[in-house]
Amino acid sequence: MKKYVCAALGACASIALMAHAAAAETKVGLLLPKSGNYAALGQEIDDGFVMALEEAGMADDFTLVREDSEAKPPVGVAKARKLVLQDEVDAMVGIVSSAVLGAVRDFVDGSKVPLIVANAGNDAATGASCSKYIVRVSFSNGQVNRPMGSWMAEQGIKKVYTLAPDYAAGHQMIDAFTESFTAAGGEIVGSEYTPFGKTQDFGPYLTTAKAASPDAIFVFYAGGEAISFVKQYDSFGIKKDIPLYGSGFLTSPLYVKAEGPAAIGVKTSLHYVPTLDTPENKAFVAAFKAKFDRPPSEYAVQGYDAARVLVEAVKAGANDRESIAEGLTKVSYTGPRGPLTIDPATNNVVQNIYIYETVADGDALTQKIIGTVPEVRDPANGCSLK
Amino acid sequence: MVADVDFWLTQFLNGLQLSMLLFLLSIGLTIIFGLMHFVNLAHGALYMVGAYAGVSAAAALGNFWAALLIAPIAVMLVGIFLYAAIIRHMRRAGPMNQVLVTFGLIFVIVDLVRIVWGDIALGMAQPAILSGPAEFLGVVYPAYRLFIIAVGLIVMAALSLVLSRTQIGAMVRAGVENDAMAACLGINVERLFFAVFCVGCALAGLAGAIAAPVFSATPSMATDILIPTLIVVVIGGLGSLRGAIAGSLIVGFIQTFGAVVMPEFASVLVYVLLAAVLIVKPAGLLPARS
Repeated sequence: MKKYVCAALGACASIALMAHAAAAETKVGLLLPKSGNYAALGQEIDDGFVMALEEAGMADDFTLVREDSEAKPPVGVAKARKLVLQDEVDAMVGIVSSAVLGAVRDFVDGSKVPLIVANAGNDAATGASCSKYIVRVSFSNGQVNRPMGSWMAEQGIKKVYTLAPDYAAGHQMIDAFTESFTAAGGEIVGSEYTPFGKTQDFGPYLTTAKAASPDAIFVFYAGGEAISFVKQYDSFGIKKDIPLYGSGFLTSPLYVKAEGPAAIGVKTSLHYVPTLDTPENKAFVAAFKAKFDRPPSEYAVQGYDAARVLVEAVKAGANDRESIAEGLTKVSYTGPRGPLTIDPATNNVVQNIYIYETVADGDALTQKIIGTVPEVRDPANGCSLK
Repeated sequence: MVADVDFWLTQFLNGLQLSMLLFLLSIGLTIIFGLMHFVNLAHGALYMVGAYAGVSAAAALGNFWAALLIAPIAVMLVGIFLYAAIIRHMRRAGPMNQVLVTFGLIFVIVDLVRIVWGDIALGMAQPAILSGPAEFLGVVYPAYRLFIIAVGLIVMAALSLVLSRTQIGAMVRAGVENDAMAACLGINVERLFFAVFCVGCALAGLAGAIAAPVFSATPSMATDILIPTLIVVVIGGLGSLRGAIAGSLIVGFIQTFGAVVMPEFASVLVYVLLAAVLIVKPAGLLPARS
């Protein structure tokens, strides 16, 4: 009798082991900032990622290894090496900072581990320095801002003053906007870049911008800077004379609550807005609210889609680094932000860009979509994947 | 645009507003340093705690003015705890140990704040009476910023009155000048240190609570403000009220007008000045001990 029990237990155990081995065969390294200024974004992306795995019922099929990039390039490189060489992950997901993405690019490309970029928008990552192994599901800096330039020109806005933090993303966002705005007949009457991470008081810049008397001001700010900027813009009383436009990160759902009524009337462009009226998005927002008790931001969607493209690739049969890299570029579906495909020419996402206004909804703030630019595709910018 | 009087007046107010905020922070730091010979790098973290305490108090009570009262008291209590638990034992430990310990404290306090309040920046509403623009000397300027300037000027006046005209002020000045001699004359220097430390912490808390509606409360504000404050203290001269006033005005105006006149160099200008002061007058422009 004892022998049978032993045998039965042994069999059960080995079946369980086999099942476990078969299920947890894809190992994913999540390289996100867990400390510092970008910690909140990292958490949003992580939440979205986990939610997509659970929604697909495949949470057990992926082993997650989390590393803190601290949004610092040297740390990011060290952690990427650790994930690839020590943990031997099949794919990496994350990267919030463009500087970290730039730093890990050569290592990722050389070690041939697929990397799904879930935020960093550096144009070059899917342009001149693109890689077969780097797929971006978030956005590129140019992609988000280019449509806004032509749209604002169409609205009859002639003269614009621009402001952004003085670092790569700030310059790329403003450059893309300027290019399409001037091509559509608009004029940039002034432009300033504020010291990145060191500017808390925008008073001097706002006073200078106002003195240039433009029709509108277009800015890119994110995170804590966005909150300070929007509030200070309002307090100087400029909003009623010169409307504020910007990159959608300015009034992201993640920060709009802290901005308060100051954000009302600000018009921005972004690749995702939580009030998007599609069945896919409504289901996503409801599920996210039920799980985390807050509306999802664009960062959460980026994390969600990073997991979803990975799930789709694995479902289609990808099981090692090479086949996952291959499979990711073939994924295409309609998700929370609308139709999403990966451009085989650059490995950047092709997606709709929405222009939305932040409006009051009782005591809270919500987003009203006032324009949609469908399926925005980045030019190859020197990338030659295909 | 640059010939416009309104433009320059507004920029002048911007500079004054930044100076006052820097003053509220640096005065505590500089007096603590001058009197106690203690380098408290965690001063910036106390400013952050003041901002968060202000945000929470304002949210809980729905009253901005109550928050402005509670935040300095809360920060003072944190300061008293730090004093009793750590700083008192570090008084004779030498500057390097003090710097290391208080530098470590920054990270501890920042992470505690992140655990309690989270990573996402929190906003604080301005009181209705101060929200929106006001008319001042013919220019339209945010009423709340005028309020910051007023608070800074009031604190400045009160402190200089106390330090120059009262017995406590005389004791503090004696302690800064020569603490051993002050102790010989029957002044309880240790108790004086403690009182001054509490006032310094409370002012950091006040600065945090006042800054929160403009800059919002974020975990990064602890380190963001520390360097400008240290520069103010070094430029002005350690331990002196007049030095803190001069230093904060210089740094505030250089940052503001640097951003207007030569934005490419705005962030470097202050450091250039710092280097120049250290070369020409290593003790600062208006040091307490001549």
